[in-house]
Amino acid sequence: MSALSASARPAIAHGLRLQWEPAQEAHVLLYPEGMVKLNGSAGAILARCDGVRTLAEIVADLERTYGAADLGDDVAAFVELALERRWLELRA
Amino acid sequence: MSVGPPERSHGVGPPLWLLLELTYRCPLHCVFCYNPTDFAAVGAELPASEWTRVLREARALGAVQLGLSGGEPLVREDLESIVAEAHALGYYINLITSGVGMTEERIRALKRAGLDHIQLSFQDSTRELNDFLSSTRTFELKARVAELIRRYDYPMVLNVVLHRLNIDHVDEILAMAERMGAQYVELANTQYYGWAWLNRAHLLPSRAQLERAEEVTRRFRARVPAMQVYFVVPDYFETRPKPCMNGLGSVFLAIAPDGLAMPCHAARMLPGLECPNVRAHSVREIWYDSPAFNHFRGEAWMKEPCRSCPERSKDFGGCRCQAYLLTGDAANADPVCELSPHHHLVTAAVAEAEHAAAAPLIFRDHRISIAVEPHRGTPAAR
Repeated sequence: MSALSASARPAIAHGLRLQWEPAQEAHVLLYPEGMVKLNGSAGAILARCDGVRTLAEIVADLERTYGAADLGDDVAAFVELALERRWLELRA
Repeated sequence: MSVGPPERSHGVGPPLWLLLELTYRCPLHCVFCYNPTDFAAVGAELPASEWTRVLREARALGAVQLGLSGGEPLVREDLESIVAEAHALGYYINLITSGVGMTEERIRALKRAGLDHIQLSFQDSTRELNDFLSSTRTFELKARVAELIRRYDYPMVLNVVLHRLNIDHVDEILAMAERMGAQYVELANTQYYGWAWLNRAHLLPSRAQLERAEEVTRRFRARVPAMQVYFVVPDYFETRPKPCMNGLGSVFLAIAPDGLAMPCHAARMLPGLECPNVRAHSVREIWYDSPAFNHFRGEAWMKEPCRSCPERSKDFGGCRCQAYLLTGDAANADPVCELSPHHHLVTAAVAEAEHAAAAPLIFRDHRISIAVEPHRGTPAAR
């Protein structure tokens, strides 16, 4: 189980940029002098982290979009990892 | 029979990282500059229209991280228009600057044009050494630029090139970065190309200095975890080479002020490589088809001990320019590697670093134009 609140609103951290790169067929996270190429699920999660939607809403949207259930723990675990790596920050 | 484009068949990926060296002009005279020592002999700078064509062509191939450097890129009065074009194309844009030439008016215009990040260099934490090493009075100015960067809501990235003359100040340098509110600090030990190669006997730190600086950095990281501190070790102290550029022609494309396209910043000096020029060729031709960019791809160019080394796919034999400067042959193993038959050249340089250099420091200057020749063991005799 995750310690992250379902009402948390994650956003791409200040100064970073997420964008889709056709040449890499992937979402990439861009930051000062660096880039992370994201796999499909990481890209799908981060693309929904807009500082407006809550974690619960992001999970619901992903479950709807991909026709899956019980994504909550996996998504929360990834969001925590991304917070730790400072790819994401929480908005009030 | 249809034949796919060569990039597919050879597994060559796109030039993800594009560096435009917009100019070699620079108001500073840093003794560790990696620019070619004969930069004054390099031809005319590309106009903005050519730079924007390069930006378009490289972006179409997949380039996404863009570095704008030099020289001092702020010397270019058309920098803002180049940034605006790059932003419209979707690049993440890094400006690599000494800060000289930055004003509130320009930083506002650069922000509006879509600049993503500014990396500001300092030579030292003290006015005296900063100004001595760059042969300018720029310390106060840099501090003002750091304040502008903060006020205009940019991530604060400070870069300090380390060497024997300032490495004992890492404590003060980190304290300065903390006062300025830096998020990232790069403590980049000098790499020995260009002017730094000429001045190596002055710049290479002793092993004791290096170990102290690493310890100070470790303690600082533990105390201030919010700041990300990168400590780039001088590779002369390693026993394995750096995977330079992730292999030449793998992800990195540098364009010099005169339009010369290079697989690394220093490749202009490699004899026989014949780097192509963007004035004559498209970026696609240069990246995928030119002999210069294909020469060091794969492993066919390697000699022993690299050719049969199990680590060759990890470090690609190290740095071609370092191999050339130290051994006279760019296809040799980087002598930083202890498996290289030339490794003694590196250990000898490290041993010499225990003693003071005899020759004078040479400041980067357009009036001094020096063609660097490889020398076995020691940088260019003076």
